[in-house]
Amino acid sequence: MSLLSVRDLTVKFAMRDDTVTALNQISFDLAKGERLGIVGESGAGKSITGFSLMNLISKPGFIDNGQILFDGEDVAQMSDKALRDMRGNRMAMIFQDPMVTLNPVLTIGQQMVETLRAHRKLSKAEAAQIAIVKLREVYIPSPEERMDQYPHELSGGMRQRIIIAMALLLDPQLIIADEPTTALDVTIQADIMELLLELCQSNKVGLILITHDLGVVSQMTERTLVMYAGRIIEAGKTREIINDPQHPYTQGLINALPQQTLPGQKLKQIPGTMPSLTAIPRGCPFSPRCQYAVENCRNTLPEVVQYAGIEVACHEVKRLHNDRLEQSA
Amino acid sequence: MNDLMLDQPILQLKGLEKRFDLDQGFLETVKLRKGKFVREQRSVHAVNNVTLDVARGEALCVVGESGCGKSTVARLVAGLLHPSAGEIHYDGERIDDRSRKSMLPLRKKMQMIFQNPYASLNPRMTIQQALEEPVRHHNPLLSRGEVREKVADVMQSVGVDPLWSGRYPHEFSGGQRQRIAIARALTVDPEFIIADEPISALDVSIQAQVLNLMLDAKEQRGLTYLFITHDLSVVEHFGTKVAVLYLGAVCELAETTTLFANPKHPYTKALLSAVPQLNDDKPNHIRLKGEIPTPINMPSGCPFHTRCPSANNRCMTEKPRPLRQPDGSTVACHAVEENRA
Ligand SMILES: Nc1ncnc2c1ncn2[C@@H]1O[C@H](COP(=O)(O)OP(=O)(O)OP(=O)(O)O)[C@@H](O)[C@H]1O
Ligand SMILES: Nc1ncnc2c1ncn2[C@@H]1O[C@H](COP(=O)(O)OP(=O)(O)OP(=O)(O)O)[C@@H](O)[C@H]1O
Ligand code: SF4
Ligand code: SF4
Ligand SMILES: [Mg+2]
Ligand SMILES: [Mg+2]
Repeated sequence: MSLLSVRDLTVKFAMRDDTVTALNQISFDLAKGERLGIVGESGAGKSITGFSLMNLISKPGFIDNGQILFDGEDVAQMSDKALRDMRGNRMAMIFQDPMVTLNPVLTIGQQMVETLRAHRKLSKAEAAQIAIVKLREVYIPSPEERMDQYPHELSGGMRQRIIIAMALLLDPQLIIADEPTTALDVTIQADIMELLLELCQSNKVGLILITHDLGVVSQMTERTLVMYAGRIIEAGKTREIINDPQHPYTQGLINALPQQTLPGQKLKQIPGTMPSLTAIPRGCPFSPRCQYAVENCRNTLPEVVQYAGIEVACHEVKRLHNDRLEQSA
Repeated sequence: MNDLMLDQPILQLKGLEKRFDLDQGFLETVKLRKGKFVREQRSVHAVNNVTLDVARGEALCVVGESGCGKSTVARLVAGLLHPSAGEIHYDGERIDDRSRKSMLPLRKKMQMIFQNPYASLNPRMTIQQALEEPVRHHNPLLSRGEVREKVADVMQSVGVDPLWSGRYPHEFSGGQRQRIAIARALTVDPEFIIADEPISALDVSIQAQVLNLMLDAKEQRGLTYLFITHDLSVVEHFGTKVAVLYLGAVCELAETTTLFANPKHPYTKALLSAVPQLNDDKPNHIRLKGEIPTPINMPSGCPFHTRCPSANNRCMTEKPRPLRQPDGSTVACHAVEENRA
């Protein structure tokens, strides 16, 4: 059985004038210990997906339809107590900005001990011992001293490692990391990603990694979801999606990377921009920007189909794939 | 123009330094040293002895981790900050000691683009107004019709429909806004553009649009760029030359192709190895151990020695000097000098 099962999840926001759909019929599964990447451009619905899993959607947002099963339990039906238990103990979220999670007026030690004691029967001293072990696991130098420091006394990289330590505190089964390193430098980003990967692998922790960096997804995850305008438009094995993307939007994203073009040459840009939620086009949401769009694309929404081992929502996937095969032959 | 002028670098930084004094109460600055009270002002050593040239038509990229002084270098060159020491020469003339007023003629030649497209555009001005302002300011003799025409040309050139000129910045997407900010910088026909992380806040698909626009301007107008970024794949694509900064000092300066093919400084090597590759399952970067120093408590000797895998005793006491390498790059590292890196 999968650890997480999301079915037809639809999340809406009640705005002043009308209601917008931020997530539209999202379905996916995550096995125990599996690492999944979610990519897509700004506003595609990546963070809202993460928040929904934690049941953190609040007004004006609401879950309009669909189901989230975590370890067989329906998240929407959970009591407050069960929810609190799930959020701390079994599922943890790492945010882009560590200061969202860290309380600026408490020391690192106080925050970790408090979190531990809220969920487990432990003395302060016992909790502190566990906290120090966790800090050491994320390579925080002299963890005993760090326990007495305040968040602002630490560097950004160290803060993010402490956040990871806090996420691991209660040995969760799933970590949701929303752009955990965009605020950090490449060298520190690489350290933190490697650490996260190591910890997930050795403790069999599942990971949902939200990012716009395809390089990071490639190194960290086994499967990837590509989102566009609130929908999943492509899903499959990360390696296959990166090597041979089937959806024109995913192809566009990968081709637009500077690595895909010789230095100094014009980059292959995707024309236009993602539609705002108040003006999602009819038919395929990508059709105004898609160079392969045909009449049908502008009228009917493409359903998700299995193609070449990948799930993809594109009417023309077969024709386009055959064209590519012909071209390369 | 004679050859001598063509050969002359458009921009020269000579021993550039910038310190920011930290706000401290008087009592905090008083310290007991060897039995005596002395006043010590703590300061941020943001830029330390930076010397480099930018040739005409070149795109010099400045890279390095957060807080290493990239933006400070950009702001010094743009005249938004005054150096604590050292000199800045533009077109052979010293500009760092000029007053704001005498910088005005230069403002037209030198334009700055910021990371945040919101910061570059006034939210209360329509795009037409935002674009007209610099044109009028720098060409007071143009008629209204000519100004309009020029603005329409510029909008067209950055792929924004001139029909939208009556709209306000918030009515555009981030990518469109950043293209308009670039358009604004281009309206006065500058020769030098300082761009501080102009695409970092944008999505991959939009980054390509903006980068293409900047490449076009480079080719068609022969522009020179000082381009600040932390994205090395962008550097490899856009830059002709790269300066790697660490704690405010240049540790390696090289042609882009040379730097990527053969990085020499231990920090540059770590930086390049950290870039996540698309076709690589496993991260195999050089893991830097040790404490990350701050520009307030500068380490003695080589600024990188607290994290450097090749550091030895000499590195802890003696600051490495930038030395020219056989392939034309300049590297400040004892290990490279001693052939043990
Ligand atoms: N509180 C809110 N009220 C109204 N709309 C919202 C709210 N929060 C999010 N949205 C909308 O939901 C959509 C999805 O947002 P989400 O934060 O999931 O995007 P994202 O994919 O995480 O983007 P980014 O890469 O910028 O973080 C966006 O269009 C956003 O404008
Ligand atoms: N006005 C100021 N007063 C005091 N310190 C400053 C000031 N401006 C910058 N600094 C400090 O100078 C150092 C260099 O800052 P700078 O903004 O140039 O870094 P950067 O390389 O642009 O970093 P980032 O990649 O985060 O933009 C930092 O330690 C910063 O905190
Ligand atoms: S359905 Fe049509 S418009 Fe949409 S991605 Fe496929 S080809 Fe393009
Ligand atoms: S001078 Fe020494 S510490 Fe500095 S980079 Fe070279 S080897 Fe490392
Ligand atoms: Mg988000
Ligand atoms: Mg900066």
